Amino acid sequence: MENLLPIAIGILFGCGCYLCMRRNIVRVLLGIMLFSQAANLLIFTAAGLSTGKAPIIPGDALTLSGAHADPLPQALVLTAIVIGFAVLAFAIALVLRAYHKTGSDDLDTFRKSDQ
Amino acid sequence: MPADPPLIALPLVLPLLTAGILLCLRHAHENLRHGVNIASCAGLLAVAVMIVARVSDAGVLALHSGSWPAPIGITLAADHLTAAMVLITAVTGLAVAVYAAAAGTGKFRGYFTPLYQALLMGVNGSFLTADLFNLYVWFEVMLMSSFVLVALPGGRAQLEAAVKYLTLNFIASAFFLVGLGVLYGITGTLNMADLSVKLVAEQQNDLVLSTAVLFLVAFGIKAGVFPFYFWLPSSYHVTPTPVAAIFAGLLTKVGVYACVRVFTLVYSAHQDFLAMILLPIGVLTMITGVFGAASQFYIPRILSFHIISQIGYMIVGLGFFTRGALAATVFYIVHHILVKTNLFLIGGIIGRRTGTQALAKTGGLYAKAPWLAVLFLIPAMSLGGIPPLSGFFAKFALVREGLLLGQWAVIAAALAVGLLTLYSMIKIWNEAFWKNPPAGDRLPDRKVPAMMLAPAVALAACTVAFGLFPGVFMDFSLRAADQLMDPSSYIEAVLDANPPDSP
Repeated sequence: MENLLPIAIGILFGCGCYLCMRRNIVRVLLGIMLFSQAANLLIFTAAGLSTGKAPIIPGDALTLSGAHADPLPQALVLTAIVIGFAVLAFAIALVLRAYHKTGSDDLDTFRKSDQ
Repeated sequence: MPADPPLIALPLVLPLLTAGILLCLRHAHENLRHGVNIASCAGLLAVAVMIVARVSDAGVLALHSGSWPAPIGITLAADHLTAAMVLITAVTGLAVAVYAAAAGTGKFRGYFTPLYQALLMGVNGSFLTADLFNLYVWFEVMLMSSFVLVALPGGRAQLEAAVKYLTLNFIASAFFLVGLGVLYGITGTLNMADLSVKLVAEQQNDLVLSTAVLFLVAFGIKAGVFPFYFWLPSSYHVTPTPVAAIFAGLLTKVGVYACVRVFTLVYSAHQDFLAMILLPIGVLTMITGVFGAASQFYIPRILSFHIISQIGYMIVGLGFFTRGALAATVFYIVHHILVKTNLFLIGGIIGRRTGTQALAKTGGLYAKAPWLAVLFLIPAMSLGGIPPLSGFFAKFALVREGLLLGQWAVIAAALAVGLLTLYSMIKIWNEAFWKNPPAGDRLPDRKVPAMMLAPAVALAACTVAFGLFPGVFMDFSLRAADQLMDPSSYIEAVLDANPPDSP
């Protein structure tokens, strides 16, 4: 898995980058979405992957012994997903309002704030 | 010091509680809402003064939230730099809250005050946290409130500005996350003090340098440095004056603060590499920003471009990585927050009085309102670096350090940009105050409520005080710089201070 995930992350970043450079605002939105998902996956992978080693302290022990998965990156990713979800929900609503107001989904027509 | 740690949580708790109360009061009378908002900001100012006093005595304050020991739990910490930032945030926060109450925030349908408090909470959180991931979370708190504040008035320009602002900052957050993830993969920790210790052993690791660059991009987008600043001049000027003023004062400086904190503390062993990148970026930021300003004729846009050029000075100060230069940067940040917030407020007052902030349509204000002219001149001359105002001492400290280091090109650029800054300020002076009003155009001459003027006068008084007693503030900046140059006291306070009793 540790060999496959970096490739997946790279593809996600590549797609996100490509979409971010489009003029269509919905594609840009999808692009930044892929960007944040790729970042989440990267945190998850960079901290190391392991299978079947739950970080649970047995009932009769006081500390964790032996190899175990690091639970912190998962907590980080979870937080990042929640924040990313909230920002994205706002972004979608914002883009919809902007589309209704400007009547266009082409970012090149978004020039009113540059005048 | 078991008694004082809760003190440094107050700059977060107070705005949070106030934001909750203000959300409940959304349909209450406007005066009540703004009253609560101002009262909370005044409370924040009192807390900030107490923090500065405590930090002056104790050096570094640290609070382990939930009593988890440092590398495991999230730690809040306040050294001299943090204390200065929290204080200046409270000062500008109070000034803008008073201005907002006088100017009215009807376009926000009651949401201005809770969002304002949430914004202050995010800013304070970014200053106080000693944990990188926590810094990301506070950034997002701050950004989320700022997105809504930009978009809520709902005009076409505001929505377009919000789209640009949101997109670039969302990408910055992704970069930040990537840097975090890789750094955690290398060291297994995200506590900044702990990282600082562990990265000394990783000096040869190129991956560490790439995380530094990722952070530079992430913070650079938020701070508005050279290749990443395009969102700034196309979003700030469409917002109502109170929002623009608080954004201009605080938001970019949070990015600069993050650069200073992370690059002096976490990457203390990689400063040669960082200086190589920071200096050219700083110089280019100064130059492009000031040229952008020179070509503009709408007051908030001129001021927005000047934020960028001034950020360049701070980045250059950081790039020198010496005690004197870091002190100059701290001094510069505080001076700039005061002056820039004030200029936006005065721009708003000009707009209120004449009905426009477009230079071509104004004029003759000196004859009509000489007091406003004086009020404008104080921060404007300070921004241009005229003695004896605060900007002179900020620039002087920086230039002196550059001369000692023999960085002639950087200093030449800094001085030239100072002149061009003065040109822009004089342009506003000539057009708005000095020239005759445009012929045939009868300008409205509305009254400006005293409550709108009071915060601008207070901030101008602070600028003058900075200029008259630069020694006091420079001493504090030097002590902040000492702590930044030698992070051992910060590391000690965060990692070792009052270890909690084991459960």
